[in-house]
Amino acid sequence: MLTRNNLLAGTAALVALSLFGPAGAQTPIKIGELNSYKVFPAFLEPYKKGIELAVEEVNAAGGALGRKIEIVSRDDNGNPGDAVRVAEELLSREQVSFLIGTFPSNVGLAVADFAKQRKVLFIAAEPLTDKIVWDAGNAYAFRLRTSTYMQTAMLIADAAKLKKKRWAIVYPNYEYGQSATAAFKKLLKEKQPDVEFVVEQAPPLGKIDAGAVAQALADAKPDAIFSSLFGADLAKFVREGQTRGLFKGVEVFNLLAGEPEYLDPLKEEAPEGWYVTGYPWSEIKTPEHTKFLTAYQNKFKDYPRLGSVVGYATVMSAVEVIKKAGSLDQDKLIAAMSGLKLMTPFGMVEYRAIDHQSTMGAYVGRIAVKDGKGYMKDWRFVDGKDALPSDAEVLKMRPKN
Amino acid sequence: MTFASIIIQLLNGLAAAASLFLVSAGLSLIFGVTRIVNFAHGSLYMLGLYGAYSLIQALGRTPMGFWSAVVLAALAVGLVGVLIEVLVLRRIYRAPELFQLLATFAVVLVIKDIALFVWGAEDLVGPRAPGLSMAVEILGKRIPAYDLLLIAIGPVVLGVMWLLLTRTRWGALVRAATQDREMVGALGVDQARLFTSVFFVGSVLAGLGGALQIPREPANLELDLAIIADAFVITVVGGLGSIGGAFLAAIIIGVAKAFCIGIGTVTWFGFEISFSKLTLVVEFLIMAVVLVARPYGLLGKPQAVQRIAADLAPPLTAPSWKIALVWVVLLLGVPLVADRYITIMLTDIVCFALFAVSLHFIMGPAGMVSFGHAAYFGLGAYAAGLLFKRAGLPMEAALLLAPLCAGAFAVVYGWFCVRLSGVYLAMLTLAFAQISWSIVFQWDSVTGGSNGVFGIWPSAWLAGKTTYYYLALACCGTGIALLWRVLFSPFGAALRAGRDSPLRAEAIGIDLRGFQWAAFVLVGALAGLAGSVYAFSKGSISPSTISIGQSTDGLIMVLLGGVETLTGPVVGAAVYTWVRDAVARHTEFWRAVMGGIILLIVLLFPQGLVGGLKALFLRWKEQRA
Amino acid sequence: MSDAVLQVEGLHKAFGGVQAVADVSFAITAGEMLALIGPNGAGKSTCFNMLNGQLVPDAGIVRLAGRDIVGLRPRAVWQLGVGRTFQITATFVSLSVRENVQMALYSHAGRLRSLLHRFGAAFRAEADALLAQVGMLDQAERTCGVLAYGDLKRVELAMALANEPRLLLMDEPTAGMAPRERVALMELTAGLARRRNIAVLFTEHDMDVVFSQADRIIVLDRGELIAGGTPAEVRANPKVRAVYLGSTH
Repeated sequence: MLTRNNLLAGTAALVALSLFGPAGAQTPIKIGELNSYKVFPAFLEPYKKGIELAVEEVNAAGGALGRKIEIVSRDDNGNPGDAVRVAEELLSREQVSFLIGTFPSNVGLAVADFAKQRKVLFIAAEPLTDKIVWDAGNAYAFRLRTSTYMQTAMLIADAAKLKKKRWAIVYPNYEYGQSATAAFKKLLKEKQPDVEFVVEQAPPLGKIDAGAVAQALADAKPDAIFSSLFGADLAKFVREGQTRGLFKGVEVFNLLAGEPEYLDPLKEEAPEGWYVTGYPWSEIKTPEHTKFLTAYQNKFKDYPRLGSVVGYATVMSAVEVIKKAGSLDQDKLIAAMSGLKLMTPFGMVEYRAIDHQSTMGAYVGRIAVKDGKGYMKDWRFVDGKDALPSDAEVLKMRPKN
Repeated sequence: MTFASIIIQLLNGLAAAASLFLVSAGLSLIFGVTRIVNFAHGSLYMLGLYGAYSLIQALGRTPMGFWSAVVLAALAVGLVGVLIEVLVLRRIYRAPELFQLLATFAVVLVIKDIALFVWGAEDLVGPRAPGLSMAVEILGKRIPAYDLLLIAIGPVVLGVMWLLLTRTRWGALVRAATQDREMVGALGVDQARLFTSVFFVGSVLAGLGGALQIPREPANLELDLAIIADAFVITVVGGLGSIGGAFLAAIIIGVAKAFCIGIGTVTWFGFEISFSKLTLVVEFLIMAVVLVARPYGLLGKPQAVQRIAADLAPPLTAPSWKIALVWVVLLLGVPLVADRYITIMLTDIVCFALFAVSLHFIMGPAGMVSFGHAAYFGLGAYAAGLLFKRAGLPMEAALLLAPLCAGAFAVVYGWFCVRLSGVYLAMLTLAFAQISWSIVFQWDSVTGGSNGVFGIWPSAWLAGKTTYYYLALACCGTGIALLWRVLFSPFGAALRAGRDSPLRAEAIGIDLRGFQWAAFVLVGALAGLAGSVYAFSKGSISPSTISIGQSTDGLIMVLLGGVETLTGPVVGAAVYTWVRDAVARHTEFWRAVMGGIILLIVLLFPQGLVGGLKALFLRWKEQRA
Repeated sequence: MSDAVLQVEGLHKAFGGVQAVADVSFAITAGEMLALIGPNGAGKSTCFNMLNGQLVPDAGIVRLAGRDIVGLRPRAVWQLGVGRTFQITATFVSLSVRENVQMALYSHAGRLRSLLHRFGAAFRAEADALLAQVGMLDQAERTCGVLAYGDLKRVELAMALANEPRLLLMDEPTAGMAPRERVALMELTAGLARRRNIAVLFTEHDMDVVFSQADRIIVLDRGELIAGGTPAEVRANPKVRAVYLGSTH
C-alpha cells in the first residue's frame, strides 16, 4: 500500500504547490545533480563540498537571471540503470532545468545518451572516458574534466624526452585503464617509433595482486613503466614495487597519482620521482585559485582535493551557461554551452564547440616527499587545449548528427 | 617464465592465499554449523583492517604494538561477530532456509556506513610490519619478508584449527553439527552457546585475515564485497565445512592468480591471450570446473539430508484471480493519476518483479537456489541491446527474441547446475553468472566492455513513458502470470514434489533432473524478458546488469517478500526498489538506514513481508471469531 | 521358475572392501508375500536398493518378469511395474494426500509434462479409490506434512500401488507404528497383494508381523542368505535360531 499512499501524497503535494506556491521569479532555478556518492566517497565528498561552495558564492552574488540557484543532488549508486531513473526523477518530479554530475564512465555515457533522448543539457563532471565527447558524443552532452586522452597526452612530452626503449604497462582492467593505455602507446609510438612495450598487466579494478604484478613487471626488465592505477590499487602497487626494488633505475609515469585523493594516503611512501598528473593545491598562486582556496578553507577548515575543484567548476559552468543563454530553454542552453568560456580555479576554460570537451587543464609534475607527505614538485600547468588531437581527427571520431 | 620467476610467483600466490584461507576457514566453520550464508563475513574482514590500522596508531609502530594490534583487532572483530549472532541471527534460526542471508546483507550495509562514518572515505594505508619491512633475496629476486611470514601463518592456523576441532569437546560438537545439525540438538547441547562460540571463532579468523593484511593493502570501503565472493568460492571449492579443503582451495586459487599474472600475455596459434586479464574471473572458472567434476568440492562430503528445510515448506496457495484483477486495474490506472516519475518507477518495479518471481520459481517451489540469477536478466538485456544495435533488428523483434537468447544460455548452464544440489548448486550458478559477466566485461568490440551498450531506445510508438509502462506491464505481467500458472500445472507440481522428496519423485518415475533443467530454461527465458524490457526502458545497459549485485538484489527481493508465498517476490521487488529510492533521496547515510529497515523487517516478519502480514491477518481473524 | 515376477541370482555388493551383500539369490511369484529378515546391518536395505536401481550391484542378475533390470535407474524400474515404500517415509510434504497419489498417477500416465493444465484436475477418482483401499480417504485434503507417521506409511502404499505394480518393495513398512497398526497395515497389504496378484517383498523387524503375514521368509546374515522357506520351516531352522531369533527373542 506504500505505492498508493506515496502516490496520494505526491499528488496532494503537487496540487498544493501549484495552488499556493510562490509564482515566477522568486523560485530558485533547480539544477539536477547525480553522482555515485557511496561508491566513490573519497573523491565525491570533496566534490560535494566544491558544489556547496559554488552555490553559496553564486547565490551571494545574486544567482542567475535574478533567481537563486538550487542544486538537487541524487545518488546514482554507481549503476547506469539507477542513474537513468534518478535522472528521470530529477527532470520530471523535481523539474530541474538540466543535469550535471556523474563519476564512472559507464554512468556518464548512459546519462549522456539519456540526455540526448530527452533533449536536455547534461554537463558531465568527472567521467574521464574519451567516448563521451568523441565516439559516442552527442549534441546535448558536454564534459568538464580533463579526459583520459588529454591527461595521457600531457605526460607524453616527458616520456618521449627520456628516450627509454623498454616500457612496461599496468592499468586497471576497465574502460579508463584500457583507453589510457591505448592512447599512451599510440602517442608514444608516434614520437618514438623504436619504443617497445615489453609487458602489459591488467589487474581487476580494486583487486590487484600487487606482489605478483610487480614481480611480472620486474621480470620483463623495463626501462620505464606507464601506470594508470589509482586508489587502493595504486597504494598496493607502490608498496610492493618499493619493497621488491621494481622502481630502482626505472622511470614511472602514473596518471592521476598526483591528485590529493590518491597521493595523500601514501604519506611518506609516496614514490619519489614519478611523473604524474595531479593537483598541487598548496603551491598554485594564480589569483583565481587563491580566491578559491581561501574560500574553501574558510568554509570547510580543510584543504581542497581535485574533486572539490571539479564540483566547484561544474556548478560554475552551469551558472555561466544559464547567464549566457539568458533563458532555461534547452536549445538556447545548448547553443550557449558551445564555446562557453568561464573562469575556474584552474584558469579560463572553454567548452569547445567542435566536440563539447572543456579545455580545463591539469598539472603535470613529479612526486617528492617532504615532512612525511607526498607533494608535486617541478610541476607545470598544461592547458587542456594543448593536449587535444587535431580538429580533423576529432571530427573523424565524432558521429555526425 | 624463468625458474626463478616461477618460484617467486609461487611464493606470491602462497602469501596471497594466507589471508584468503583465514577468511574462508571462518566462513566455512560458520556455514558448516549454522547453515547461514553469511554475507557479512567480508565486512568482518574489512573491520579487521580498519581495527588494526587504528590500534597500531594507538599502540605505536613497534613490533609489540603491531602484533598486539593485530591480535586485538581480530578479537574485537570476534566480538562484533558475537554481537551480530546474539542480536540478530539468534532470533531467526527458525526462519525458512536462507532467510538469514537477508539479515547478513543488511548487516553489510550497516557496517559499511559505520566504517565510512568512523574512518572516513579516504583509503588508510597502514604501516609496514615493524622488523619485517625489508625484502629477502631468493634466487636473485626480492620478496617481502612479511610475505614469507604470511606463508608460514597459513599452515599454523590450519594446525591450530585441526587441534581445536579434533582434540576438544567443542571441536567434536562442531564436527557433529556440521554433519547433522539436528543431532546436536538431540544430544542436549545448548545450541545457542555453540552457535555463538562458532560465530566468535569464525569472526576472529575473518578479523585476523584482515588485520594481517594491513601491511599489504590499505583499509578501504570496498574490501567487504571484494573478499566475500572469493571467500565463498574457496569455501565451496574446498568443500563446505572442511577447513583442510579451504586451505587447499585458497592455495590453488592464490597460486593460479599469481601464475596468470606471471605468464602475462602469450601468443598461441596467432591469437594473443592475456592471462593477466583472466585474473578477473579465474577463481570462478576454477570453481566451475571443480564443481562439475566433484559436486561436493575437493574435500567435502555429501551432506546429511536436510530434513528441516523440506519439512518447513508449506503448501502453496494459488493466487486469487479476483484480487489479481483488482491489482491489474489499479496498475493500469496509475499513469492516469500519478506523476511521470511514478510511472517510471513502476516500470522498474515491474521488471524487477518478473526478475524476482522467476528467481522465486527456481529457488522456492523448484528448490534450487540461484546466486547467479542476474546472468539471465543481464544476458536478456544484452541480447536485446545487441540484436537491436549490432544486428539491426527492429526494437520489437529484439525485445521478444532476447528471452530466447537468455533461455539458450540457461539450457547450457542449467544442464550442469541440476546435477548439483544445495549451496553447491547455488555457487555453480554464481560461477556461470560471473563467467558471463567477465566475457561481457572484456569483449569490447561486441558488448562495449565495461561501458556497455547505449542508444537502445524503444520504437517511436512505444517511446512515451506511459506507453512503455503499459508495454512493461503487459510483458512482465504475462511472464508472472505464466510462471504462477505453471507452478500449479502438472509440471510445476512435479517440481514441488521433487523439492520435497527427490527420492520419492524418482521412485514414482519422475525424471527430476529433466524437469529441473526445463525449469531452469523457463525461468532463464523469463528473467531474460525482464532484462530485455529493462534495457529498452533505460536506453543503455552495462555489465552491472549481470553482476553479483544484481543477483543479490534479486535474492533480497524474494526473501524480503517471503520465499514461501507466491506474491512475496512481487511485494519484495516493489518495497525494496521503492524504499531504496526514497531513502537514498533523503539521507546521506542511506545504506545504513536501508540496512536498518531490512533488519527491522527481518526481526518483525521472519517469514518475509507477505508471510508475516498473512500470519497477522490470520491471528486477527481468529481473535474476532 | 519362469513364472517368477522377480528373480535374483548371485547378487554382490561391497562398500570399500566390506562385503554388504554376497551371492544372494531368490525369487518371488505373483501374489506372494516374501519377507526378507535379518539382524541390523545384515544387508537388507542394500539388497533392496539394488532391486529398484538405487544402487548398482557389483555382480549378479536381477530379472523382472524375465527382463534384466540391472543398471536401470529407479524411475525406469518403476515404469516396469515396481512400487516402493521407504524405511523413512518419503512423501511430498507440501502437497495434499490426494495430490501425492495423483502425482504418481499423472506420472504413470506420462502426463506430468504439461505446463498449462491445472494439476489435480485429472485422476481424482482413481486417487480416491486408492486412498480408500488404504483407509486414507477421509484425510485426502490434508497436507502430508501434518500427517501422523503411520498415515504417511499408508499414503506411501497408495502411491506405490498407483502404477498397478506387479512387484511391491516395502522397506520396513511398519517401522514407527503402534503394534496394532502394524498388523492392520500388513493385513491390508497382504489382502491387496492377493486380490491384485502383486508380489510383495518386505523387510520387517516385527517378528509377529513377519510370521503372521509372510508366505515365505528368507533370512540374511552378514550379507549372505542363510535360510529360506515357509514361516514354519524358518522358525525351525537351527541356523536362524542361532544367529537371529536366538539373539533377539
